[in-house]
Amino acid sequence: MLDTTLPDFLASDAQAAERDAVGPGPVPLTLDVNNVSHSLFIEPKTTLAEALRDSLDLTGTKVGCDRGACSACTVWLDGKPIAACMMLAIDVGSRKITTIEGLAHGDELHPVQSAFIAHDAVQCGFCTPGLVMSCAALLESNPTPTIDDIKAATSGHLCRCGTHPHVHDAMLDASRIRKT
Amino acid sequence: MNSFEWSSPRDIAQAAGVATTTVAAAMVSQSGRLSTDGVVFKAGGIDLLDLMKEGLLVPRGIVNLREIPDLAVIAQADDGGVHIGANVTLAQLAADPVIRTRFLALADVAGNSASPQIRQVATIGGNLLQRPRCWYFRSRDHHCARKGGEVCFAFAGENQYHAIFDHNGCAMVHPETSATALVALGAKLELTNAAGTKRVVGLEQFFLLPEVDIQRENDLTPGEILTAILLPPPAPTSRSIHIKQGETDSFDWPIADVAVALDTAPGGACRAAAVILGAASPVPHRAKAAEALLVGKTIDADVARAAAHAALQGAAPLTKNAYKLPIFETLVRRAILAVVRGG
Repeated sequence: MLDTTLPDFLASDAQAAERDAVGPGPVPLTLDVNNVSHSLFIEPKTTLAEALRDSLDLTGTKVGCDRGACSACTVWLDGKPIAACMMLAIDVGSRKITTIEGLAHGDELHPVQSAFIAHDAVQCGFCTPGLVMSCAALLESNPTPTIDDIKAATSGHLCRCGTHPHVHDAMLDASRIRKT
Repeated sequence: MNSFEWSSPRDIAQAAGVATTTVAAAMVSQSGRLSTDGVVFKAGGIDLLDLMKEGLLVPRGIVNLREIPDLAVIAQADDGGVHIGANVTLAQLAADPVIRTRFLALADVAGNSASPQIRQVATIGGNLLQRPRCWYFRSRDHHCARKGGEVCFAFAGENQYHAIFDHNGCAMVHPETSATALVALGAKLELTNAAGTKRVVGLEQFFLLPEVDIQRENDLTPGEILTAILLPPPAPTSRSIHIKQGETDSFDWPIADVAVALDTAPGGACRAAAVILGAASPVPHRAKAAEALLVGKTIDADVARAAAHAALQGAAPLTKNAYKLPIFETLVRRAILAVVRGG
């Protein structure tokens, strides 16, 4: 944006920052998702969850409450679980996003995914991608979690089907599988 | 959520010059029709997005503070205390070895706030400046006194989670549980304006009761940025704890929480005491009578019980929240004994 008519002495820092503002219409931005760089053209108000689902077709990330209260939308931001509904896509910057689609290696499931299947830790499945992301993140930082560690790591997740006990069993099993 | 302009300055003074209002001021209206020309700050953005998704805040622009360098650092201060950058996340605080060792009440409260996902993003600065969780305040259908309306709906309504102290015109409880611990630890805030001028204010003095100003919870002025939380060095013989009582074991705001910090002579009498009740009043509530009862005494179970009873002096429960009184009394007693016993 050229501002050639504005005398220099009026161009305060504040005005400079104001000129740096983008939006409210769509703006170009780059998202690194599952180690692939994506170019998007979206409004600043777009949440990360919306960008993943609506722009990138990565619909494994679910939106339940859209207020950070159910954790169904959990993805990793630089390896740490966050609520994708409460993060603006434009705020991600160069940080790396990992979604449920990025957890398996081809046909080889992540140990947490295998353990969820083995322990029937799924009913309707809506909360499952988020729970798997939290559980897998816990194993990254703590390969031998106790049941209390698992409960703490999954404390943000609501599962109305009541699968939590099976999730706990699956996680204890996944940590054993990983060790051997 | 409305569309908005976005800027992400790298400099505090530059950022301060762009915002035109505070979130609190932008949420006040006479008719319920909100202003749409304000530019407001965002740190972690958790409460901001919540307010915007509910249509309670409709800003023209957002100034992102998260990219400002050095605001996310925990550093040793010159006085031997700790300087916590306002962008430090709750997860960072909960895991920091210095905070865990010297300021246990703060590590406790940070590690038990919200969910792991929220703690990863929510900043301590944003946590201290979040708006109340009162369900009437958070409802678009209730134009309450805090939003420029005429009445506080809680007094004649569902007030089971509301204040038992100092509810003069508004019965909200302060939402920032971290403040309960930080007031007990004697925290101060560093606020920076567009001219780069810093002012330091005690956290306890920063909060405003509704009788002082019913439309804002604190003394933040437009263009001012909360840049750091300053913790004085605790006496080597002092210890602190924060206990939170939720309605369930899963994550939620507390129905009652208590922070206690005691400086006790080795094997002897209590030299200084802070007993702060959270979710009890529109601001963190200092239980002065309890503190006075503890100082000078060698604390045992009887002293702790008497202090816990004194902590509720002046309480005025509403129609549905008298249940909070015995909970607070129990929490205060447990917290005092836990500090004394080192557990």
